[in-house]
Amino acid sequence: MKQNNYPPILQIRSLSANYGDVIALKDISLDVQQGEIVGVIGPNGAGKSTLIKVLSGVLKASAGEVLINQKEVSTYSPSQRARTLAVVPQARQLGGAFSVEQAVLLGRTAYLGFLGKPKQDDLERVQWAMEQTEVDSLADRKLAEISGGEQQRVLLARALAQDTPVLLLDEPTNHLDLKYQVNLLKLVKKLVRQEGLSVLMAMHDLNQVSGTADRVVLLANGQLKAIGSPEEVLTQENILQAYQIGIDTFTHPKTNKHMIFPTE
Amino acid sequence: MKTRPFLVISLLLGFSFLLSIALGAVTIPPGNALRILLGRLPWFEFFGDWPSYFETILLDLRLPHTILVALTGMALAGSGASFQGLFRNPLADPYLIGVASGAGLGAIIVMSIPQVGRFLIPIGAFLGGLGTIAVVYRLAKVGRIVPLTTLILAGVAIGSFTSALTSFLMLISDEMILQAMSFLLGGSTVAGWEPLVIALPYFTVGLALLVLGGHSLNVLQFGEEQAQQLGLHVERVKLFIIISASLTTAAAVSFSGVIGFVGLVVPHIIRLVWGGDYKKLIPLSILGGGVTLLLSDILARTIMAPGYLPVGIVTSLIGAPFFLWILRRAKKEVFW
Repeated sequence: MKQNNYPPILQIRSLSANYGDVIALKDISLDVQQGEIVGVIGPNGAGKSTLIKVLSGVLKASAGEVLINQKEVSTYSPSQRARTLAVVPQARQLGGAFSVEQAVLLGRTAYLGFLGKPKQDDLERVQWAMEQTEVDSLADRKLAEISGGEQQRVLLARALAQDTPVLLLDEPTNHLDLKYQVNLLKLVKKLVRQEGLSVLMAMHDLNQVSGTADRVVLLANGQLKAIGSPEEVLTQENILQAYQIGIDTFTHPKTNKHMIFPTE
Repeated sequence: MKTRPFLVISLLLGFSFLLSIALGAVTIPPGNALRILLGRLPWFEFFGDWPSYFETILLDLRLPHTILVALTGMALAGSGASFQGLFRNPLADPYLIGVASGAGLGAIIVMSIPQVGRFLIPIGAFLGGLGTIAVVYRLAKVGRIVPLTTLILAGVAIGSFTSALTSFLMLISDEMILQAMSFLLGGSTVAGWEPLVIALPYFTVGLALLVLGGHSLNVLQFGEEQAQQLGLHVERVKLFIIISASLTTAAAVSFSGVIGFVGLVVPHIIRLVWGGDYKKLIPLSILGGGVTLLLSDILARTIMAPGYLPVGIVTSLIGAPFFLWILRRAKKEVFW
């Protein structure tokens, strides 16, 4: 990670959240710099999706604070928040009746009035987002008619249309075949470099995290267990503790990336 | 037909409107009917070669009746489309969370009080309908959130409770059973201009609000969670849609009784032909609901003339097979 002297774009301080009596997140603190990709890993139920829900305001935090550009966002209205932080959900159950362009235009909701009438700059941003994610050729196709990989790119385009400094991705490569997984992660990396976005991305595939993220956060039981570079976090000891599974680690001979392989 | 939906439906609406004022126990030729209507406007002058009772029938009876029927169809289809969008459920209709059963109870309570004028029935129904929605909304509310499943379940429970009360009241006072049945089957359309003037503000405000909600419903189609992440104030939108749909439906039910099927099926037909964008779907459903109920009402008035069949029976008897035919034809297309 490139160190700089600017304050982090996204600051999470001692964040906790519950579902009823069940503690889902406990005392999480982490920063994301501008132009940085932070991968969030952890076994099922570790709190990855919960973290995204709390950051995007869908679930209320029970304690702690979230700052974006040094402003506390818990008091933000949904539309204020949607202008600072965009979420790319997993592609499933997409409203099939919408065209790709209509779906991407919904990313402008926070900028549009109650009637949702787009202005010229809204349409331009939508066009730009569709070009970046290479779905502009599908603009008039119905969501139900395009592939899962294309749907995921549409959701990314919708988030880009939101024009936010922070992007949250919730296991974006789930349900995608290998080609689409690789392409999507390449696209995210390209956008981060090009637009200076800050990305927090929940992921399952540890080797993909290692190949994509600048830093990795390991969650287990709602707590932050480790944070650092892929080499620092994806160790035999950490993975055994969090996932109860043994691994070997090695450096990929061609890419020099830190890799893991299960030994059980 | 695919390209000019508003033109097509508006023409259909005009045609059904004219047919509705022309047809009935006494048939007034549509040309004459049009001239009588236009002659009332300051810019036109026609010298009638028609019997003068044509004017009386048309202006005092058919015209207010036709306008009320059209507004009722519009209200039901518009509310149905909005509820289908809000609950993201193809089975949703305007009566889903209890407005009709509440209105039925309100109407029957008024009917069962002796010495109370018939003219108070719509008011009882209106208050009963809106009161029920208020209770259901309150019951479903958890903290600051109203989960939609809870809302449906509370609505269904309150609905069957009020329906049971209605049936009980009907059974213990046998002289009003016919009147009450007629209300519950949508056969109690009131006559004359006066009720129309009372109902008009509720219809116009309610319908306008429903049209305004189209964009928010589009955003909601991705689920509440995504809608909020896209910047929609989800709870406010829910309340807005519930209020506007309940207001329009309560107005419709109060003055025309409980008419089934229009609010469920018209939005689906529109969706099948012109797609699921709620910004268009709601106004088109409103116009289509007017057409559908006008045509059903013409049948209801003419099939057994001079008798009158409750229009709710016609909408279901003819509407259901017609809808099934459309559904079969369109089964390959994704429409929901």
